[in-house]
Amino acid sequence: MIEGVSAPQAGDVLARGLSVRALRNAHAGPFAFDVPAGACLVITGMSGAGKSVLLRMMADLDPHQGDVALDGRFCSAMSAHRWRRQVVYLPAEPGWWSDSVLDHMPDDALTRELMAKAGLRAGVLNDPVHRLSTGERQRLALVRGLRLAPRALLMDEPCSALDGGTTLMVEAMMRDVMAGGTAIVLVSHDAAQAVRMADLRRELAQGHFVGADS
Amino acid sequence: MTPILLDTGDMILAGGLIVGCVALSLVLSLGIHRTLIVAAIRMAAQLVLTGSVLLFVFGRSSVWLTLLVLAFMFSAATFEVGSRQVARLTPVWHFGIGGFSTATGTIIVVLVGLLTALQPHPWYQARTAIPMTGLLLGNVMNATSLSMNTLLSMVSRERAAIEARLILGATRAEAMNSLIRQSIRTALIPTLNQMAAAGVITLPGIMTGQILAGMNPLDASKYQIVLMSLIVSGNMIGATLSAILTSARLSDARGRLRLDHLAR
Repeated sequence: MIEGVSAPQAGDVLARGLSVRALRNAHAGPFAFDVPAGACLVITGMSGAGKSVLLRMMADLDPHQGDVALDGRFCSAMSAHRWRRQVVYLPAEPGWWSDSVLDHMPDDALTRELMAKAGLRAGVLNDPVHRLSTGERQRLALVRGLRLAPRALLMDEPCSALDGGTTLMVEAMMRDVMAGGTAIVLVSHDAAQAVRMADLRRELAQGHFVGADS
Repeated sequence: MTPILLDTGDMILAGGLIVGCVALSLVLSLGIHRTLIVAAIRMAAQLVLTGSVLLFVFGRSSVWLTLLVLAFMFSAATFEVGSRQVARLTPVWHFGIGGFSTATGTIIVVLVGLLTALQPHPWYQARTAIPMTGLLLGNVMNATSLSMNTLLSMVSRERAAIEARLILGATRAEAMNSLIRQSIRTALIPTLNQMAAAGVITLPGIMTGQILAGMNPLDASKYQIVLMSLIVSGNMIGATLSAILTSARLSDARGRLRLDHLAR
């Protein structure tokens, strides 16, 4: 089992940012790493390496051992829904609980502003969800998540259905929230995107990080 | 007026109807003939046996004997309520939640009925308590079973939608709320249909029975009104309890959706 070097001790966690400590389940981990506020950790690895498993454990969506701290406060010490409101997980295939986009977000200035940044036409708000393209749904899910002003974003292939130009727009949105102090964990298959976005990089294989920090 | 009694010829006619249905199933390749035969034989045996047992139990006025019969009925309902869902919880929870919800809903309305409206003397009198419990138990069991079935079959399909709410900071109650409400609504549709149709499209069972047994139709209708109200209340309690308990079992204290609690 190869782990990242200098795995931090439980107990010392970042005062601002995400600190993962001894996070594991039966299939992946243990993981221990930090993502400072305003930084982006890019995780790469083959399909099935455990990238989504890691993000889901960090969002406390799957049972796990170990803990994650945000700004020095541990997930286990607060109620799960308050944790998820601050540490927002954006799955590769976002879910929708109704066919109307407006059931998921109000049509207000904030939504309009985020939509414009994501290159979404205003009309999508009134379209049924099932008629939107995969790329539109992906960006709407991002808008939906960013409306919460999360302190950390866990993004699973957020640009997998986007063309080059739109991908750059989404990356600009990510830099915006990073400038506001949000930590991002980005799972990406796109090597160029990893180079553009990464402050930190890790590679996952068979449920464990391989190689050294960069 | 005395009730009209049925003779052997009538029984043979009933059997002939079942044989007709079996033949139709074979001709139309419905594939339900085996189930139908088993169900028919089972139904006949159960009813004859029940008739005999009730004849015996009514003969002696023993509260223990009455309770024994009721206990048997509740056990059978617990088994049946959980028998027909395709998606299931692990057995202990599945039958536990189904049985508990059915029993709770039934017991509450049976006691309401026996202690207020019907007031037999003594209140546990077998001739009233057993048929009444049976009637309500069957209805509550249906509603509970439908409620669990709707929730269990939808939860896997709606997984992404439920998690989408969780991801955005909803509690498990908020995330599963619409599923719970839909399960309860679905469970109550047959009862609502029955109430809407009562007297106009169908003559409800109790009223029919009372009339055939010689009761004045207006008195029979009052009887039916009280029983229908007890039925719908019991169904509501059973369906609501089972939906809430099932959804609680499919999530955990950390607000996660736990589809791993479904039986594989």
